[in-house]
Amino acid sequence: MPHTATVPEAITDHALRAYLHGLPGVDEVGARARAQDLATRSIKTTAKAAAIDLAISMVDLTTLEGADTPGKVRSLCVKAALPDPADRTVPKVGAVCVYPDMVAVAVEALRGTGIGVASVATAFPAGRAPMEVKLADTRRAVADGAAEIDMVIDRGAFLAGRYLKVYEEIAAVKEACGDAHLKVILETGELVTYDNVRRASHLAMRAGADFIKTSTGKVSPAATLPVTLIMLEAVRDHHAATGRRIGVKPAGGIRTTKDAIRNLVLVNETAGPEWLTPDLFRIGASSLLNDLLMQRTRLSTGTYPGPDHYTQD
Amino acid sequence: MIFEYAPAPESRSVVHLRETYDLFIDGEFTPALSGEHLTSLNPADEETLARVSVAGEADVDRAVVAARRAQENVWGRMSGAERGKYLFRIARIIQERSRELAVLESMDNGKPIKETRDVDLPLVAAHFFYHAGWADKLAHAGFGPDPRPLGVAAQIIPWNFPLLMLAWKVAPALATGNTVVLKPAETTPLTALVFAEICQEADLPPGVVNILTGAGETGRALVDHPGTDKVAFTGSTEVGRGIARAVAGTDKRLTLELGGKGANIVYDDAALDQAVEGVVSGIFFNQGHVCCAGSRLLLQESIAEEFLPRLKERVAKLRLGDPLDKNTDIGAINSAAQLERIRELTDTADEEGVERWSPECALPESGYWFAPTVLTGVGQAHRVAREEIFGPVLSVLTFRTPEEAVTKANNTPYGLSAGVWTEKGSRMLWTAERLRAGVIWSNTFNKFDPTSPFGGYKESGYGREGGRHGLEAYLG
Repeated sequence: MPHTATVPEAITDHALRAYLHGLPGVDEVGARARAQDLATRSIKTTAKAAAIDLAISMVDLTTLEGADTPGKVRSLCVKAALPDPADRTVPKVGAVCVYPDMVAVAVEALRGTGIGVASVATAFPAGRAPMEVKLADTRRAVADGAAEIDMVIDRGAFLAGRYLKVYEEIAAVKEACGDAHLKVILETGELVTYDNVRRASHLAMRAGADFIKTSTGKVSPAATLPVTLIMLEAVRDHHAATGRRIGVKPAGGIRTTKDAIRNLVLVNETAGPEWLTPDLFRIGASSLLNDLLMQRTRLSTGTYPGPDHYTQD
Repeated sequence: MIFEYAPAPESRSVVHLRETYDLFIDGEFTPALSGEHLTSLNPADEETLARVSVAGEADVDRAVVAARRAQENVWGRMSGAERGKYLFRIARIIQERSRELAVLESMDNGKPIKETRDVDLPLVAAHFFYHAGWADKLAHAGFGPDPRPLGVAAQIIPWNFPLLMLAWKVAPALATGNTVVLKPAETTPLTALVFAEICQEADLPPGVVNILTGAGETGRALVDHPGTDKVAFTGSTEVGRGIARAVAGTDKRLTLELGGKGANIVYDDAALDQAVEGVVSGIFFNQGHVCCAGSRLLLQESIAEEFLPRLKERVAKLRLGDPLDKNTDIGAINSAAQLERIRELTDTADEEGVERWSPECALPESGYWFAPTVLTGVGQAHRVAREEIFGPVLSVLTFRTPEEAVTKANNTPYGLSAGVWTEKGSRMLWTAERLRAGVIWSNTFNKFDPTSPFGGYKESGYGREGGRHGLEAYLG
């Protein structure tokens, strides 16, 4: 199979290029049409209830603002463990995602909840820092207790065709992660073409990613359905070739329950039901959680509570 | 986790079925002089939907006379701009009633609501809008400064896209100043009868559109009637041949849109995931009841081993069941007779040693159903590679060189459609130039648009429908 050929043992720019450019192309019109077609699936009643709870358990509840405070992070952690104080049957979220300097605060606040802390690292969101700074950033977050690291790739190097540099950075950060899981942010809004998304997905997986993630949330467009579709196809193909399941995390722009359910349908019909677990699919979001809670209440009681029934942070 | 989609049925309450439908002649619903009826079933559960009149020779005569009168006294004399207004009005009413029409079409035909809602109905409205725009611009269509209508058109349409085929026939005829007598298929007459109501709602002058329901005998009487100027038929090649014989030696103009055995050629450099999608929708769209279906997959040998498992994995994800469920991908086979024909032809594949595969797929107990089927190891000589199955059955053949692909694709008595899947522009153009088919899609399939002419080579018929070319079939 051309797209799943093993990477040659000697990892060189030349070998990586041959491998990545040997992957089958992506027809943009066709990929968009498929994503659009799946977006028309109608998920109702019991299926919707199950999907909402699953989506809640997959949320990486995120705050990545310059204005973040320890107070805001602590509040978010309370919400992560008990998203709806009025209803204890609501599952907890997948993780809390913060900047590296807030990791210690979040770890402390989440102690005993079983919820992990994810930290962006490697000079998020631009990734424009010397390698030793990126590694130090990563090591510090892990030392402070982050269970997951969301790194950004060097898009400049990728777009310039310097695949080896991207590969080596991912491999080095993976090593710096130790036991922490590594999510690799491709920043698909800057890669632009779907061919690039497919190549970057395979490059990241080969270099050691545990998850591939669409976006930082700081660049538009962020997670679109066709991009998530391409990445789900990539993890499916990687599994077929290596037996290893890599996770996918769309992040940025997923704000409504409808958006979240469309993502779950994509997972179900592309990578398959094996990926319908927080271990293999996450949704990076901040405002999504409240909409999921509101729709959940609507389904069980028949009425919409006002937005003020849910906390902002 | 297993993500089961709960039933999501579209409501039937938008449809108001009458127990019995009369013929639509001269602007009025009128009982058939023949006194005969036929029954229209829902193929998904075999429930009776309505009783429909069968037009006999006397009814055909009434309709043709009404159409002639309307053409000579009203419609043919009306300015193009005025005709356009009626067509725009019809298009808008179709849009307003599109949910009702989509649900009714699903019930009468068996096709999924997803398709009637997202494909059939939008295209129906688009055809009327498009031709409404032509009505006052015919002098600029390239057929001379003052192209004239032919007169009365006899139109016979099939059951696979009932309302869409009506739109393909009626819209250009009316835009060019002709009047029509249209016979819908015997198994799917209901949306045409609602269209008759829409003509009334739009105040279309009486006699401009006449709808005669019935079966083969009604069609024959309509074709044989000496009072028409044009016959337009979409349907099987066998019936098309009979019509060509009947019309031969008369002054009538004829267009035929007949069967096909479309080839979908997938080269080894194709965008694989999208090619899989295109091959699947190329044959399983509308249960394969599509004259331009990509019923033969020609796969480059070097990727066959990789492509087929992906194809099967994708086919296994198709959701077969209640056509009114919004998540259904494959609905019911339109009739018992068609189901029988599909079974008979696929059985010959078993006898001829072709390998047959279908995903695990529970078929509903009542109604007419056929699981999506992929046949591999098919050679050019097998019946399933030569004859139109008109069902959800894909025949897979392989090729080594582009020359071989083109030779195999063209080696069929038909020539309606073909698909070419490659990321290489030069190869796509090289292939398309050599394919003898009326419609060639590249890196997509089954895309329709009113601006684009549609029609076939060889035994797939002659004449074009749609676009500027389609107008010619209705202008003298």
